[in-house]
Amino acid sequence: MDIGPQAPTVAARLMRDPKVVCAGGFILLLIVVAIAAPWVAPKDPLAQNLLMTTTPPAGFPDAEPGFLLGTDGLGRDVLSRVIYGARVSLTVAFVAAGLACLIGSLLGLLAGFLGELVDALISRLVDVWMAFPPVLLSILLIAVIGTGLHSVIAAIVVIDWTRFCRVVRTETKSQAQMDYVVAARTIGFSRPAILFREILPNVVPVLIALLTLEMGIAVVVEAILSFVGLSVSSDTPTWGGMIAEGRQIVHEAWWVLAAPLAALFATVVAFNQLGDGLARSLDPVLRR
Amino acid sequence: MTAPRLAIEALSAISLRDGNRPILRRVSLAVATGEVHGLVGESGAGKSTIAKAILGIIPSQVKVTDGRIGFEGRDLLSLSPKDLRAVLGRDIALVPQDPSTALNPSRRIDAQMTNGLRLKRGLSANQARLRAHALLEEVQIRDPERVLDSYPHQLSGGMRQRVLIAAAFALEPKLVIADEPTTALDVTVQKQILRLIRSLQERHGTSVLFVSHDLGVVAKICDRLTVLYMGKVMEQGSTADVLAGPRHPYTKALLAANPRYDRPDTGLEPTPPDVIAALRAEIAAFDAGVAGSR
Repeated sequence: MDIGPQAPTVAARLMRDPKVVCAGGFILLLIVVAIAAPWVAPKDPLAQNLLMTTTPPAGFPDAEPGFLLGTDGLGRDVLSRVIYGARVSLTVAFVAAGLACLIGSLLGLLAGFLGELVDALISRLVDVWMAFPPVLLSILLIAVIGTGLHSVIAAIVVIDWTRFCRVVRTETKSQAQMDYVVAARTIGFSRPAILFREILPNVVPVLIALLTLEMGIAVVVEAILSFVGLSVSSDTPTWGGMIAEGRQIVHEAWWVLAAPLAALFATVVAFNQLGDGLARSLDPVLRR
Repeated sequence: MTAPRLAIEALSAISLRDGNRPILRRVSLAVATGEVHGLVGESGAGKSTIAKAILGIIPSQVKVTDGRIGFEGRDLLSLSPKDLRAVLGRDIALVPQDPSTALNPSRRIDAQMTNGLRLKRGLSANQARLRAHALLEEVQIRDPERVLDSYPHQLSGGMRQRVLIAAAFALEPKLVIADEPTTALDVTVQKQILRLIRSLQERHGTSVLFVSHDLGVVAKICDRLTVLYMGKVMEQGSTADVLAGPRHPYTKALLAANPRYDRPDTGLEPTPPDVIAALRAEIAAFDAGVAGSR
Protein backbone atom coordinates (compact mmCIF):
# COMPACT_ATOMS: atom_id res chain seq x y z
CA MET A 1 0.00 0.00 0.00
CA ASP A 2 2.98 2.20 -0.45
CA ILE A 3 2.71 4.86 -3.09
CA GLY A 4 5.58 6.06 -5.20
CA PRO A 5 7.46 9.31 -4.84
CA GLN A 6 5.46 12.46 -5.36
CA ALA A 7 4.75 13.24 -9.00
CA PRO A 8 7.25 15.81 -10.24
CA THR A 9 5.72 18.77 -12.02
CA VAL A 10 5.40 18.62 -15.78
CA ALA A 11 8.15 21.22 -16.19
CA ALA A 12 10.56 19.26 -13.99
CA ARG A 13 9.88 16.11 -15.94
CA LEU A 14 10.48 17.86 -19.23
CA MET A 15 13.78 19.28 -17.99
CA ARG A 16 15.03 15.78 -17.24
CA ASP A 17 14.49 14.53 -20.77
CA PRO A 18 17.66 15.12 -22.83
CA LYS A 19 15.69 15.01 -26.10
CA VAL A 20 13.35 17.73 -24.94
CA VAL A 21 16.18 19.85 -23.54
CA CYS A 22 18.45 19.62 -26.62
CA ALA A 23 15.79 19.84 -29.34
CA GLY A 24 13.69 22.35 -27.43
CA GLY A 25 16.79 24.45 -26.70
CA PHE A 26 17.76 24.49 -30.36
CA ILE A 27 14.28 25.57 -31.47
CA LEU A 28 14.12 28.20 -28.74
CA LEU A 29 17.47 29.55 -29.93
CA LEU A 30 16.22 29.56 -33.50
CA ILE A 31 13.11 31.51 -32.49
CA VAL A 32 15.19 34.11 -30.65
CA VAL A 33 17.59 34.46 -33.61
CA ALA A 34 14.69 34.75 -36.07
CA ILE A 35 12.96 37.45 -34.05
CA ALA A 36 16.20 39.34 -33.43
CA ALA A 37 17.42 38.89 -37.02
CA PRO A 38 17.98 42.62 -37.71
CA TRP A 39 20.34 42.82 -34.75
CA VAL A 40 21.89 39.36 -34.97
CA ALA A 41 22.54 39.15 -38.71
CA PRO A 42 26.01 40.53 -39.48
CA LYS A 43 25.01 41.98 -42.88
CA ASP A 44 21.97 43.08 -44.84
CA PRO A 45 20.69 39.81 -46.38
CA LEU A 46 19.72 41.60 -49.59
CA ALA A 47 22.83 43.71 -50.09
CA GLN A 48 24.64 42.56 -53.21
CA ASN A 49 28.32 42.97 -53.83
CA LEU A 50 29.23 41.87 -57.30
CA LEU A 51 32.94 42.31 -56.60
CA MET A 52 32.80 39.65 -53.91
CA THR A 53 30.72 36.79 -55.33
CA THR A 54 31.07 33.20 -54.09
CA THR A 55 33.72 33.86 -51.48
CA PRO A 56 34.16 30.73 -49.32
CA PRO A 57 33.31 30.45 -45.59
CA ALA A 58 35.76 31.61 -42.94
CA GLY A 59 38.79 29.37 -42.58
CA PHE A 60 39.04 28.52 -46.26
CA PRO A 61 41.61 30.10 -48.58
CA ASP A 62 40.41 33.37 -50.13
CA ALA A 63 37.75 33.85 -47.43
CA GLU A 64 36.61 37.43 -46.95
CA PRO A 65 36.66 38.64 -43.33
CA GLY A 66 33.17 39.38 -42.02
CA PHE A 67 31.44 36.81 -44.21
CA LEU A 68 31.38 33.83 -41.83
CA LEU A 69 29.57 31.44 -44.18
CA GLY A 70 30.80 33.05 -47.38
CA THR A 71 28.80 34.80 -50.06
CA ASP A 72 26.49 33.61 -52.80
CA GLY A 73 26.49 34.21 -56.55
CA LEU A 74 25.40 37.83 -56.07
CA GLY A 75 27.83 38.50 -53.25
CA ARG A 76 25.16 38.39 -50.51
CA ASP A 77 26.10 37.17 -47.02
CA VAL A 78 24.99 33.53 -46.68
CA LEU A 79 24.83 33.58 -42.88
CA SER A 80 22.54 36.61 -42.82
CA ARG A 81 20.30 35.03 -45.42
CA VAL A 82 20.06 31.79 -43.42
CA ILE A 83 19.13 33.82 -40.33
CA TYR A 84 16.45 35.77 -42.16
CA GLY A 85 15.23 32.57 -43.83
CA ALA A 86 14.43 31.15 -40.39
CA ARG A 87 11.74 33.83 -40.05
CA VAL A 88 9.67 32.44 -42.91
CA SER A 89 10.25 28.82 -41.91
CA LEU A 90 9.23 29.33 -38.29
CA THR A 91 6.23 31.51 -39.13
CA VAL A 92 4.94 28.80 -41.42
CA ALA A 93 5.78 26.09 -38.88
CA PHE A 94 3.84 27.67 -36.04
CA VAL A 95 0.91 29.24 -37.87
CA ALA A 96 0.22 26.47 -40.36
CA ALA A 97 0.71 23.58 -37.93
CA GLY A 98 -1.29 25.43 -35.26
CA LEU A 99 -4.24 26.05 -37.55
CA ALA A 100 -4.21 22.53 -38.94
CA CYS A 101 -4.11 21.22 -35.38
CA LEU A 102 -6.99 23.44 -34.27
CA ILE A 103 -9.31 22.53 -37.14
CA GLY A 104 -8.34 18.87 -37.30
CA SER A 105 -8.53 18.13 -33.60
CA LEU A 106 -11.83 19.94 -33.10
CA LEU A 107 -13.42 17.84 -35.84
CA GLY A 108 -11.64 14.76 -34.49
CA LEU A 109 -13.00 15.31 -30.97
CA LEU A 110 -16.53 15.70 -32.30
CA ALA A 111 -16.23 12.66 -34.55
CA GLY A 112 -14.92 10.53 -31.71
CA PHE A 113 -17.46 11.62 -29.15
CA LEU A 114 -20.74 12.66 -30.76
CA GLY A 115 -21.98 9.30 -31.95
CA GLU A 116 -22.12 7.35 -35.14
CA LEU A 117 -23.79 9.83 -37.50
CA VAL A 118 -21.36 12.70 -36.88
CA ASP A 119 -18.49 10.23 -36.88
CA ALA A 120 -19.54 8.80 -40.24
CA LEU A 121 -19.92 12.26 -41.80
CA ILE A 122 -16.55 13.56 -40.64
CA SER A 123 -14.70 10.31 -41.31
CA ARG A 124 -16.02 10.11 -44.87
CA LEU A 125 -15.05 13.73 -45.43
CA VAL A 126 -11.52 12.92 -44.30
CA ASP A 127 -11.40 9.84 -46.53
CA VAL A 128 -12.51 11.81 -49.59
CA TRP A 129 -10.12 14.65 -48.71
CA MET A 130 -7.15 12.34 -48.41
CA ALA A 131 -7.91 10.83 -51.82
CA PHE A 132 -6.71 14.06 -53.48
CA PRO A 133 -2.97 14.05 -54.25
CA PRO A 134 -1.56 16.61 -51.78
CA VAL A 135 1.03 18.15 -54.13
CA LEU A 136 -1.60 18.72 -56.79
CA LEU A 137 -3.97 20.17 -54.23
CA SER A 138 -1.42 22.68 -52.95
CA ILE A 139 -0.25 23.76 -56.42
CA LEU A 140 -3.88 24.13 -57.49
CA LEU A 141 -4.64 26.18 -54.40
CA ILE A 142 -1.66 28.47 -54.96
CA ALA A 143 -2.60 28.84 -58.63
CA VAL A 144 -6.01 30.05 -57.51
CA ILE A 145 -5.13 32.34 -54.58
CA GLY A 146 -1.66 33.38 -55.74
CA THR A 147 1.77 32.93 -54.23
CA GLY A 148 2.83 34.32 -50.88
CA LEU A 149 3.17 33.36 -47.25
CA HIS A 150 -0.60 33.14 -46.71
CA SER A 151 -0.93 30.69 -49.61
CA VAL A 152 1.79 28.45 -48.25
CA ILE A 153 0.08 28.40 -44.87
CA ALA A 154 -3.33 27.77 -46.43
CA ALA A 155 -1.95 24.92 -48.52
CA ILE A 156 -0.46 23.20 -45.47
CA VAL A 157 -3.61 23.64 -43.36
CA VAL A 158 -5.90 22.43 -46.13
CA ILE A 159 -3.84 19.30 -46.65
CA ASP A 160 -2.72 18.39 -43.15
CA TRP A 161 -5.79 18.96 -40.95
CA THR A 162 -6.85 15.40 -41.83
CA ARG A 163 -3.79 14.03 -40.06
CA PHE A 164 -4.91 15.59 -36.77
CA CYS A 165 -8.53 14.68 -37.32
CA ARG A 166 -7.75 10.99 -37.74
CA VAL A 167 -5.45 10.64 -34.78
CA VAL A 168 -7.61 12.68 -32.41
CA ARG A 169 -10.75 10.84 -33.45
CA THR A 170 -9.19 7.44 -32.71
CA GLU A 171 -7.76 8.62 -29.40
CA THR A 172 -11.04 10.24 -28.34
CA LYS A 173 -12.95 7.10 -29.23
CA SER A 174 -10.70 4.87 -27.17
CA GLN A 175 -10.75 7.28 -24.22
CA ALA A 176 -14.56 7.57 -24.41
CA GLN A 177 -14.82 3.85 -23.70
CA MET A 178 -12.82 4.05 -20.50
CA ASP A 179 -14.65 3.55 -17.23
CA TYR A 180 -13.67 6.99 -16.00
CA VAL A 181 -15.90 8.49 -18.68
CA VAL A 182 -18.75 6.24 -17.57
CA ALA A 183 -18.03 7.29 -13.99
CA ALA A 184 -18.18 10.96 -14.98
CA ARG A 185 -21.52 10.33 -16.65
CA THR A 186 -22.87 8.63 -13.54
CA ILE A 187 -21.82 11.62 -11.44
CA GLY A 188 -24.04 13.63 -13.75
CA PHE A 189 -21.58 15.64 -15.85
CA SER A 190 -22.88 17.13 -19.07
CA ARG A 191 -21.47 15.91 -22.37
CA PRO A 192 -19.38 19.03 -23.16
CA ALA A 193 -17.89 18.88 -19.65
CA ILE A 194 -16.94 15.24 -20.15
CA LEU A 195 -15.42 15.91 -23.57
CA PHE A 196 -13.35 18.93 -22.61
CA ARG A 197 -12.54 18.26 -18.96
CA GLU A 198 -12.21 14.48 -18.83
CA ILE A 199 -11.28 13.31 -22.31
CA LEU A 200 -9.34 16.23 -23.81
CA PRO A 201 -6.51 16.21 -21.21
CA ASN A 202 -5.85 12.59 -22.13
CA VAL A 203 -5.70 13.43 -25.82
CA VAL A 204 -3.37 16.42 -25.39
CA PRO A 205 -0.09 14.44 -25.08
CA VAL A 206 -0.70 12.79 -28.46
CA LEU A 207 -1.81 16.12 -29.86
CA ILE A 208 1.30 18.00 -28.77
CA ALA A 209 3.58 15.33 -30.16
CA LEU A 210 1.71 15.40 -33.44
CA LEU A 211 1.75 19.20 -33.52
CA THR A 212 5.52 19.27 -33.12
CA LEU A 213 6.01 16.68 -35.85
CA GLU A 214 3.68 18.69 -38.06
CA MET A 215 5.85 21.77 -37.54
CA GLY A 216 8.77 19.84 -38.97
CA ILE A 217 6.65 18.81 -41.93
CA ALA A 218 5.49 22.42 -42.45
CA VAL A 219 9.12 23.59 -42.58
CA VAL A 220 9.87 21.02 -45.27
CA VAL A 221 6.74 21.86 -47.28
CA GLU A 222 7.56 25.56 -47.16
CA ALA A 223 11.09 24.81 -48.36
CA ILE A 224 9.74 22.73 -51.25
CA LEU A 225 7.32 25.46 -52.30
CA SER A 226 10.10 28.08 -52.06
CA PHE A 227 12.35 25.82 -54.05
CA VAL A 228 9.88 25.75 -56.93
CA GLY A 229 9.19 29.47 -56.47
CA LEU A 230 5.60 29.18 -55.20
CA SER A 231 6.22 30.65 -51.77
CA VAL A 232 7.05 34.24 -50.80
CA SER A 233 8.50 36.53 -53.46
CA SER A 234 12.17 36.01 -54.23
CA ASP A 235 13.35 39.21 -52.52
CA THR A 236 12.62 37.57 -49.15
CA PRO A 237 15.33 35.08 -48.23
CA THR A 238 14.02 31.56 -47.63
CA TRP A 239 15.87 28.32 -47.11
CA GLY A 240 14.08 26.67 -50.01
CA GLY A 241 14.89 29.60 -52.31
CA MET A 242 18.53 29.54 -51.23
CA ILE A 243 18.73 25.82 -51.91
CA ALA A 244 17.34 26.45 -55.41
CA GLU A 245 19.95 29.15 -56.07
CA GLY A 246 22.75 27.16 -54.52
CA ARG A 247 21.92 24.10 -56.58
CA GLN A 248 22.95 25.89 -59.77
CA ILE A 249 26.42 26.88 -58.56
CA VAL A 250 27.11 23.92 -56.30
CA HIS A 251 30.30 23.03 -58.19
CA GLU A 252 31.88 26.44 -57.63
CA ALA A 253 30.34 27.33 -54.25
CA TRP A 254 28.97 24.34 -52.31
CA TRP A 255 28.36 26.44 -49.17
CA VAL A 256 25.53 28.38 -50.79
CA LEU A 257 23.62 25.09 -50.94
CA ALA A 258 25.02 23.49 -47.78
CA ALA A 259 24.23 26.27 -45.32
CA PRO A 260 20.42 26.48 -45.84
CA LEU A 261 20.27 22.70 -46.24
CA ALA A 262 21.99 22.21 -42.86
CA ALA A 263 19.65 24.74 -41.24
CA LEU A 264 16.61 22.98 -42.70
CA PHE A 265 17.90 19.57 -41.70
CA ALA A 266 18.71 20.59 -38.11
CA THR A 267 15.36 22.31 -37.66
CA VAL A 268 13.32 19.35 -38.89
CA VAL A 269 15.32 16.89 -36.80
CA ALA A 270 14.86 19.13 -33.77
CA PHE A 271 11.08 19.31 -34.24
CA ASN A 272 10.86 15.54 -34.64
CA GLN A 273 13.00 14.84 -31.58
CA LEU A 274 11.08 17.38 -29.53
CA GLY A 275 7.79 15.75 -30.54
CA ASP A 276 9.13 12.39 -29.53
CA GLY A 277 10.36 13.62 -26.15
CA LEU A 278 7.18 15.56 -25.40
CA ALA A 279 5.02 12.54 -26.17
CA ARG A 280 7.00 10.53 -23.66
CA SER A 281 7.14 13.14 -20.93
CA LEU A 282 3.53 14.29 -21.11
CA ASP A 283 1.85 10.91 -21.23
CA PRO A 284 0.55 10.28 -17.71
CA VAL A 285 0.57 6.51 -18.08
CA LEU A 286 4.19 6.40 -19.19
CA ARG A 287 5.29 8.89 -16.53
CA ARG A 288 7.85 7.35 -14.24
CA MET B 1 -41.60 -3.64 5.73
CA THR B 2 -41.41 -0.18 4.24
CA ALA B 3 -41.41 0.42 0.50
CA PRO B 4 -38.15 -0.77 -1.07
CA ARG B 5 -35.64 1.83 -2.13
CA LEU B 6 -35.12 0.31 -5.53
CA ALA B 7 -37.92 -1.64 -7.16
CA ILE B 8 -37.29 -3.06 -10.61
CA GLU B 9 -40.49 -4.39 -12.11
CA ALA B 10 -40.74 -6.69 -15.12
CA LEU B 11 -37.71 -5.14 -16.81
CA SER B 12 -37.25 -6.46 -20.34
CA ALA B 13 -34.61 -5.56 -22.88
CA ILE B 14 -33.51 -6.74 -26.30
CA SER B 15 -30.31 -6.48 -28.31
CA LEU B 16 -30.97 -4.58 -31.53
CA ARG B 17 -27.75 -5.77 -33.10
CA ASP B 18 -28.37 -9.44 -32.51
CA GLY B 19 -31.71 -10.10 -34.20
CA ASN B 20 -33.70 -8.57 -31.34
CA ARG B 21 -32.45 -11.30 -29.01
CA PRO B 22 -33.92 -10.83 -25.53
CA ILE B 23 -31.33 -9.80 -22.93
CA LEU B 24 -33.60 -9.29 -19.94
CA ARG B 25 -36.78 -11.29 -19.48
CA ARG B 26 -39.22 -9.55 -17.11
CA VAL B 27 -36.72 -9.14 -14.30
CA SER B 28 -38.16 -7.97 -11.00
CA LEU B 29 -36.17 -7.33 -7.89
CA ALA B 30 -36.39 -5.07 -4.87
CA VAL B 31 -33.61 -3.63 -2.74
CA ALA B 32 -34.72 -2.48 0.71
CA THR B 33 -33.25 0.44 2.64
CA GLY B 34 -29.92 -0.58 4.16
CA GLU B 35 -29.84 -3.88 2.32
CA VAL B 36 -27.00 -5.37 0.30
CA HIS B 37 -28.59 -7.20 -2.60
CA GLY B 38 -26.52 -9.59 -4.67
CA LEU B 39 -27.14 -9.93 -8.38
CA VAL B 40 -25.51 -13.18 -9.48
CA GLY B 41 -25.15 -14.94 -12.77
CA GLU B 42 -22.66 -16.07 -15.37
CA SER B 43 -21.26 -13.84 -18.11
CA GLY B 44 -23.99 -12.61 -20.41
CA ALA B 45 -26.76 -13.23 -17.90
CA GLY B 46 -27.77 -9.57 -17.99
CA LYS B 47 -26.34 -8.42 -14.64
CA SER B 48 -24.46 -5.49 -16.09
CA THR B 49 -27.37 -4.49 -18.32
CA ILE B 50 -29.51 -4.07 -15.22
CA ALA B 51 -26.83 -1.94 -13.56
CA LYS B 52 -26.47 0.17 -16.70
CA ALA B 53 -30.22 0.59 -17.03
CA ILE B 54 -30.39 2.00 -13.51
CA LEU B 55 -27.56 4.42 -14.30
CA GLY B 56 -29.02 5.42 -17.65
CA ILE B 57 -25.92 4.34 -19.58
CA ILE B 58 -27.43 1.56 -21.67
CA PRO B 59 -25.41 1.07 -24.87
CA SER B 60 -27.13 2.14 -28.06
CA GLN B 61 -27.57 -1.39 -29.37
CA VAL B 62 -29.67 -2.39 -26.35
CA LYS B 63 -33.28 -1.31 -26.02
CA VAL B 64 -35.45 -1.54 -22.93
CA THR B 65 -38.80 -2.79 -24.14
CA ASP B 66 -40.84 -3.02 -20.96
CA GLY B 67 -40.89 -2.54 -17.23
CA ARG B 68 -39.96 0.19 -14.79
CA ILE B 69 -37.11 1.01 -12.44
CA GLY B 70 -38.72 2.55 -9.39
CA PHE B 71 -36.47 4.65 -7.19
CA GLU B 72 -38.13 6.57 -4.36
CA GLY B 73 -41.46 6.56 -6.15
CA ARG B 74 -40.09 7.73 -9.51
CA ASP B 75 -39.47 5.68 -12.63
CA LEU B 76 -35.84 6.25 -13.61
CA LEU B 77 -36.55 5.05 -17.15
CA SER B 78 -39.01 7.86 -17.79
CA LEU B 79 -36.90 10.69 -16.34
CA SER B 80 -35.50 13.28 -18.72
CA PRO B 81 -31.69 13.16 -19.11
CA LYS B 82 -31.45 16.34 -17.06
CA ASP B 83 -33.55 14.97 -14.18
CA LEU B 84 -31.64 11.70 -14.27
CA ARG B 85 -28.32 13.59 -14.07
CA ALA B 86 -29.64 15.31 -10.95
CA VAL B 87 -30.40 11.95 -9.31
CA LEU B 88 -27.17 10.27 -10.36
CA GLY B 89 -24.17 10.97 -8.20
CA ARG B 90 -26.34 12.54 -5.52
CA ASP B 91 -28.71 9.64 -4.79
CA ILE B 92 -27.24 6.82 -6.85
CA ALA B 93 -23.51 6.17 -7.19
CA LEU B 94 -21.40 3.58 -8.96
CA VAL B 95 -18.39 1.59 -7.80
CA PRO B 96 -16.96 0.49 -11.14
CA GLN B 97 -15.47 -2.85 -12.01
CA ASP B 98 -11.96 -2.05 -13.16
CA PRO B 99 -10.01 0.37 -10.96
CA SER B 100 -7.30 0.67 -13.59
CA THR B 101 -9.50 2.50 -16.08
CA ALA B 102 -12.11 4.04 -13.80
CA LEU B 103 -9.88 6.93 -12.75
CA ASN B 104 -8.88 9.57 -15.25
CA PRO B 105 -5.13 9.03 -15.78
CA SER B 106 -4.36 12.70 -16.37
CA ARG B 107 -6.04 14.17 -13.30
CA ARG B 108 -4.97 14.00 -9.69
CA ILE B 109 -7.09 12.06 -7.21
CA ASP B 110 -7.96 15.33 -5.50
CA ALA B 111 -9.60 16.75 -8.64
CA GLN B 112 -11.51 13.57 -9.33
CA MET B 113 -12.85 13.06 -5.81
CA THR B 114 -13.95 16.64 -5.40
CA ASN B 115 -15.75 16.74 -8.77
CA GLY B 116 -19.02 15.47 -7.42
CA LEU B 117 -18.79 17.36 -4.15
CA ARG B 118 -18.37 20.65 -5.95
CA LEU B 119 -20.92 19.93 -8.65
CA LYS B 120 -23.65 18.42 -6.49
CA ARG B 121 -23.06 19.87 -3.05
CA GLY B 122 -21.73 23.26 -4.11
CA LEU B 123 -18.72 22.98 -1.81
CA SER B 124 -15.71 25.26 -2.30
CA ALA B 125 -12.43 23.70 -3.41
CA ASN B 126 -11.11 23.81 0.16
CA GLN B 127 -14.21 22.32 1.75
CA ALA B 128 -14.33 19.61 -0.88
CA ARG B 129 -10.69 18.74 -0.26
CA LEU B 130 -11.27 18.45 3.49
CA ARG B 131 -14.25 16.21 2.85
CA ALA B 132 -12.23 14.07 0.43
CA HIS B 133 -9.51 13.78 3.09
CA ALA B 134 -12.04 12.55 5.64
CA LEU B 135 -13.49 10.08 3.15
CA LEU B 136 -10.08 8.61 2.38
CA GLU B 137 -9.52 8.15 6.11
CA GLU B 138 -12.83 6.39 6.28
CA VAL B 139 -11.69 3.87 3.67
CA GLN B 140 -8.54 3.30 5.76
CA ILE B 141 -6.03 5.05 3.57
CA ARG B 142 -3.09 5.92 5.80
CA ASP B 143 -1.74 9.00 4.09
CA PRO B 144 -4.72 10.80 2.55
CA GLU B 145 -2.86 14.02 1.71
CA ARG B 146 -0.32 12.16 -0.33
CA VAL B 147 -2.97 10.10 -2.13
CA LEU B 148 -4.95 13.25 -2.94
CA ASP B 149 -1.90 14.71 -4.64
CA SER B 150 -1.15 11.55 -6.61
CA TYR B 151 -2.01 10.49 -10.11
CA PRO B 152 -3.91 7.20 -10.46
CA HIS B 153 -0.92 5.31 -11.91
CA GLN B 154 0.98 5.94 -8.69
CA LEU B 155 -1.51 3.92 -6.66
CA SER B 156 -1.95 0.16 -6.43
CA GLY B 157 -5.14 -1.53 -7.65
CA GLY B 158 -6.46 -1.96 -4.12
CA MET B 159 -5.75 1.69 -3.31
CA ARG B 160 -7.51 2.84 -6.45
CA GLN B 161 -10.55 0.73 -5.59
CA ARG B 162 -10.59 2.30 -2.12
CA VAL B 163 -10.48 5.73 -3.70
CA LEU B 164 -13.37 4.79 -5.99
CA ILE B 165 -15.39 3.47 -3.06
CA ALA B 166 -14.72 6.66 -1.13
CA ALA B 167 -15.78 8.70 -4.16
CA ALA B 168 -18.96 6.65 -4.52
CA PHE B 169 -19.91 7.22 -0.89
CA ALA B 170 -18.81 10.86 -1.00
CA LEU B 171 -22.23 12.34 -1.62
CA GLU B 172 -23.96 10.00 0.85
CA PRO B 173 -26.00 8.32 -1.87
CA LYS B 174 -29.04 6.23 -1.00
CA LEU B 175 -28.11 3.51 -3.45
CA VAL B 176 -24.67 2.30 -4.50
CA ILE B 177 -24.31 0.07 -7.55
CA ALA B 178 -21.20 -2.08 -7.13
CA ASP B 179 -20.41 -3.62 -10.51
CA GLU B 180 -18.06 -6.53 -9.81
CA PRO B 181 -15.92 -4.26 -7.61
CA THR B 182 -13.52 -7.02 -6.57
CA THR B 183 -13.10 -8.93 -9.82
CA ALA B 184 -9.91 -7.14 -10.84
CA LEU B 185 -8.30 -7.52 -7.41
CA ASP B 186 -6.38 -10.36 -5.83
CA VAL B 187 -8.06 -12.43 -3.15
CA THR B 188 -6.50 -10.85 -0.04
CA VAL B 189 -7.37 -7.35 -1.21
CA GLN B 190 -10.83 -8.58 -2.21
CA LYS B 191 -11.63 -9.46 1.36
CA GLN B 192 -10.59 -6.04 2.67
CA ILE B 193 -12.63 -4.28 0.03
CA LEU B 194 -15.72 -6.35 0.80
CA ARG B 195 -15.42 -5.55 4.52
CA LEU B 196 -14.99 -1.92 3.65
CA ILE B 197 -18.11 -1.75 1.50
CA ARG B 198 -20.09 -3.56 4.17
CA SER B 199 -18.96 -1.27 6.99
CA LEU B 200 -19.53 1.93 5.02
CA GLN B 201 -22.92 0.68 3.96
CA GLU B 202 -23.90 -0.15 7.54
CA ARG B 203 -22.65 3.16 8.89
CA HIS B 204 -24.51 5.23 6.32
CA GLY B 205 -27.60 3.03 5.92
CA THR B 206 -26.92 2.79 2.20
CA SER B 207 -28.60 0.25 -0.04
CA VAL B 208 -26.20 -1.65 -2.26
CA LEU B 209 -26.86 -3.57 -5.45
CA PHE B 210 -23.86 -5.87 -5.63
CA VAL B 211 -23.28 -7.31 -9.09
CA SER B 212 -21.04 -10.37 -9.20
CA HIS B 213 -20.43 -13.68 -10.90
CA ASP B 214 -18.76 -15.01 -7.77
CA LEU B 215 -21.09 -16.73 -5.30
CA GLY B 216 -18.31 -16.88 -2.73
CA VAL B 217 -18.00 -13.11 -2.74
CA VAL B 218 -21.75 -12.61 -2.70
CA ALA B 219 -22.13 -15.00 0.23
CA LYS B 220 -19.76 -12.87 2.30
CA ILE B 221 -21.46 -9.54 1.80
CA CYS B 222 -25.08 -9.83 0.67
CA ASP B 223 -28.27 -9.99 2.75
CA ARG B 224 -30.39 -11.16 -0.12
CA LEU B 225 -29.67 -12.25 -3.65
CA THR B 226 -31.14 -12.71 -7.08
CA VAL B 227 -29.83 -15.43 -9.39
CA LEU B 228 -30.01 -14.55 -13.07
CA TYR B 229 -29.67 -16.83 -16.10
CA MET B 230 -30.04 -15.58 -19.67
CA GLY B 231 -31.79 -12.50 -18.42
CA LYS B 232 -34.38 -14.38 -16.38
CA VAL B 233 -34.63 -14.52 -12.60
CA MET B 234 -34.02 -18.08 -11.48
CA GLU B 235 -34.12 -17.71 -7.74
CA GLN B 236 -34.50 -14.95 -5.20
CA GLY B 237 -34.28 -14.92 -1.43
CA SER B 238 -32.10 -14.35 1.60
CA THR B 239 -28.49 -15.33 1.03
CA ALA B 240 -28.53 -17.92 3.79
CA ASP B 241 -31.67 -19.61 2.46
CA VAL B 242 -30.54 -19.69 -1.13
CA LEU B 243 -27.07 -21.00 -0.34
CA ALA B 244 -28.25 -23.55 2.23
CA GLY B 245 -31.21 -24.87 0.24
CA PRO B 246 -31.15 -23.83 -3.40
CA ARG B 247 -34.50 -24.64 -4.96
CA HIS B 248 -33.66 -24.06 -8.58
CA PRO B 249 -31.45 -26.62 -10.35
CA TYR B 250 -29.41 -23.79 -11.89
CA THR B 251 -28.54 -22.39 -8.47
CA LYS B 252 -27.50 -25.88 -7.38
CA ALA B 253 -25.31 -26.17 -10.46
CA LEU B 254 -23.85 -22.72 -9.80
CA LEU B 255 -23.01 -23.69 -6.22
CA ALA B 256 -21.41 -26.92 -7.39
CA ALA B 257 -19.28 -24.95 -9.84
CA ASN B 258 -17.72 -22.97 -7.00
CA PRO B 259 -14.31 -24.18 -5.83
CA ARG B 260 -14.30 -25.51 -2.27
CA TYR B 261 -11.16 -24.53 -0.43
CA ASP B 262 -11.99 -26.89 2.44
CA ARG B 263 -12.48 -29.85 0.12
CA PRO B 264 -10.37 -29.28 -3.00
CA ASP B 265 -11.30 -32.68 -4.50
CA THR B 266 -14.95 -31.66 -4.81
CA GLY B 267 -16.56 -28.69 -6.45
CA LEU B 268 -15.73 -27.09 -9.78
CA GLU B 269 -18.41 -29.17 -11.44
CA PRO B 270 -19.50 -27.81 -14.80
CA THR B 271 -23.23 -27.26 -15.22
CA PRO B 272 -24.64 -30.72 -16.11
CA PRO B 273 -26.04 -31.00 -19.67
CA ASP B 274 -29.49 -31.99 -18.49
CA VAL B 275 -29.69 -28.85 -16.32
CA ILE B 276 -28.68 -26.70 -19.28
CA ALA B 277 -31.27 -28.45 -21.48
CA ALA B 278 -33.96 -27.87 -18.83
CA LEU B 279 -32.92 -24.19 -18.56
CA ARG B 280 -33.07 -23.72 -22.32
CA ALA B 281 -36.53 -25.28 -22.36
CA GLU B 282 -37.64 -23.02 -19.53
CA ILE B 283 -36.38 -19.92 -21.38
CA ALA B 284 -37.98 -21.06 -24.63
CA ALA B 285 -41.31 -21.71 -22.89
CA PHE B 286 -41.09 -18.22 -21.34
CA ASP B 287 -40.38 -16.58 -24.70
CA ALA B 288 -43.25 -18.52 -26.30
CA GLY B 289 -45.53 -17.35 -23.49
CA VAL B 290 -44.50 -13.72 -24.03
CA ALA B 291 -45.05 -14.04 -27.76
CA GLY B 292 -48.44 -15.72 -27.20
CA SER B 293 -49.70 -13.03 -24.86
CA ARG B 294 -49.11 -10.26 -27.42
